[in-house]
Amino acid sequence: MTALLSIRDLSVRYRRDGVEVQALKGIGLGVLAGERLAIIGESGSGKSTLALAVAGLLARGARIDGTIDWQASQFQTPRSVTPPSVLPDISPARGEIGSSVGGPPSATWEIGESGDDGLISPLAGEMSGRTEGGAKDRQRLPPTNNTPVSGRDIGFVFQDPSSSLDPVMPVGKQIAEVARTHLDLNWQAANAKSKTLLDRVRLPEATLHAYPHQLSGGQKQRVAIAAAIAAGPRLLIADEATSALDTIVQAEIVSLIRRLVAEDGMTLLFISHDIALAATLADRIAVLRHGELIELGETRQIVEAPRHAYTRALLDAHLGLDAKPLLDRQGASA
Amino acid sequence: MSVLAVSNLAKRYRRGGEPFAAVDDVSFEIEQAETLALAGPSGSGKSTIARLVLRLIGPDAGRIDFEGHDFLALSGAALRARRARLQMVFQDPLAAFNPRATVARVLDDPLRMHNIASRTERPRHIAALLQRVGLDAGLAARAIHEISGGQRQRVAIARAIATRPSLIVLDEAVSALDVSVRGQILELLLDLQRQERIAYLFISHDLGVIRAIAHRVVILDAGRVAESGDARTVIANPQSAIGKALVAATPRLIRNRP
Ligand SMILES: Nc1ncnc2c1ncn2[C@@H]1O[C@H](COP(=O)(O)OP(=O)(O)OP(=O)(O)O)[C@@H](O)[C@H]1O
Ligand SMILES: [Mg+2]
Repeated sequence: MTALLSIRDLSVRYRRDGVEVQALKGIGLGVLAGERLAIIGESGSGKSTLALAVAGLLARGARIDGTIDWQASQFQTPRSVTPPSVLPDISPARGEIGSSVGGPPSATWEIGESGDDGLISPLAGEMSGRTEGGAKDRQRLPPTNNTPVSGRDIGFVFQDPSSSLDPVMPVGKQIAEVARTHLDLNWQAANAKSKTLLDRVRLPEATLHAYPHQLSGGQKQRVAIAAAIAAGPRLLIADEATSALDTIVQAEIVSLIRRLVAEDGMTLLFISHDIALAATLADRIAVLRHGELIELGETRQIVEAPRHAYTRALLDAHLGLDAKPLLDRQGASA
Repeated sequence: MSVLAVSNLAKRYRRGGEPFAAVDDVSFEIEQAETLALAGPSGSGKSTIARLVLRLIGPDAGRIDFEGHDFLALSGAALRARRARLQMVFQDPLAAFNPRATVARVLDDPLRMHNIASRTERPRHIAALLQRVGLDAGLAARAIHEISGGQRQRVAIARAIATRPSLIVLDEAVSALDVSVRGQILELLLDLQRQERIAYLFISHDLGVIRAIAHRVVILDAGRVAESGDARTVIANPQSAIGKALVAATPRLIRNRP
């Protein structure tokens, strides 16, 4: 398999209350075209930072070193490039558009070693929020012809679907706007596309006219996924996309993601704190700890023969349906 | 005699103008030093039951007996005294506090409100409570925003045990914790249960966690009890449709164990 993107020596630092926090330290990682790669780690390990860095959605002010190289050939199809200011107010860009209109983006573009490859090298400055949970306060890179555009080449699904959905717009229209913007469709074609997408995420047609508050958490996440794949992205990033859902809905969303990724031949970055859940979906698993990539391997190897003690500890901490109950270990009983 | 007996509990809300039962004819008992888990999908009524038991909301029907007393009939000083024996720990239990409040302050409240220790005795009590939950007594001076999630959950448990309760209601108390920390908190809960004979009403959507810590489980579906019984027996061989769906949806980690 060829690499869809290669991440080299990626470091990200935030400033939080005047203190510098190193969120990622020298990450090197190749993501293969068509693979399902899980990034797992505990809180603060840098998972979301990595996902946002890949999507070019890091918070305004994160300091980034290193490179994320895209295989330019994957993105060669000439398409009309939409300036950020007229992008639809929807996942994952919703929220940062207004804030980027005020002044010219202070992006500095690094030149990579790999010649013509489109590079992402996010901005320098100051950080204004937490990394998890929402699309607010993200910085957006100025799109160029060979740089992947978030929303078009990369679909992003957040933990909280409400953060990427507009509360006062029918969901059908929100999905249509993504299609219209990135695929250059007229409204009629975009609405038809929206209908097809709702069907693909197994929501009834009537959902077209529903507002987000009328939907359950699982239904909202289906809408967010429909919007994320509307433009036919090569890469789908799901950042803790099932963590706020109950077990049954979580399993449904995971199978939905599995099916859509297979049908469209997408590459998947599945970010999760749950190694067991990640193992049900991923071809490979990358384990992050304190901002460092400590182990990367085929799912089977990671689960059956972890090389790193920390990976083993994560596996041991999993409370499965076959684990020996803590109650027994302690010899306690009522 | 059971610590808690809930009989035919019902709570109705309105949804889109239509009344519906969030909790519908629910009955269960919890014995001393026993953990009863409530499981079920989102919206099945778990938290509503917790709020009813804690008397944060009132039921439309049913009865709650706590330590042999008709809990819903209590008021005034009798209610206050009984309330000290019934505590709670939620997912982010210190969220209600000013983040600048110190750990000592958080633990001082219950000691003062329930007249457990005089002003001069309280610092010693607080130090003992912190040690009881595996924390350094020096943590007392720290602000709650300065301590980790696992430490915060330990402080919440210390606060809950300060009044020597017979029952603690835990609603998704370990759900937001990292797995490594989660194991330690579960061990702490078991340890406290063995030593102090505390009963737990343990709410979780995670059957793996329930299986690890609970003696018995009640599985809820749309406000009703779908099935109940010994936690491991029910999870190994669920009979209800919702029980089967919950078990089937739980991710499995297939490992080669030596
Ligand atoms: N104050 C309220 N007003 C109206 N409806 C309510 C209220 N509180 C709860 N409900 C409804 O009651 C039902 C049960 O909710 P509850 O919070 O008890 O579920 P739960 O099992 O705790 O779910 P979760 O796993 O998502 O925490 C849901 O349909 C919920 O929307
Ligand atoms: Mg609840």
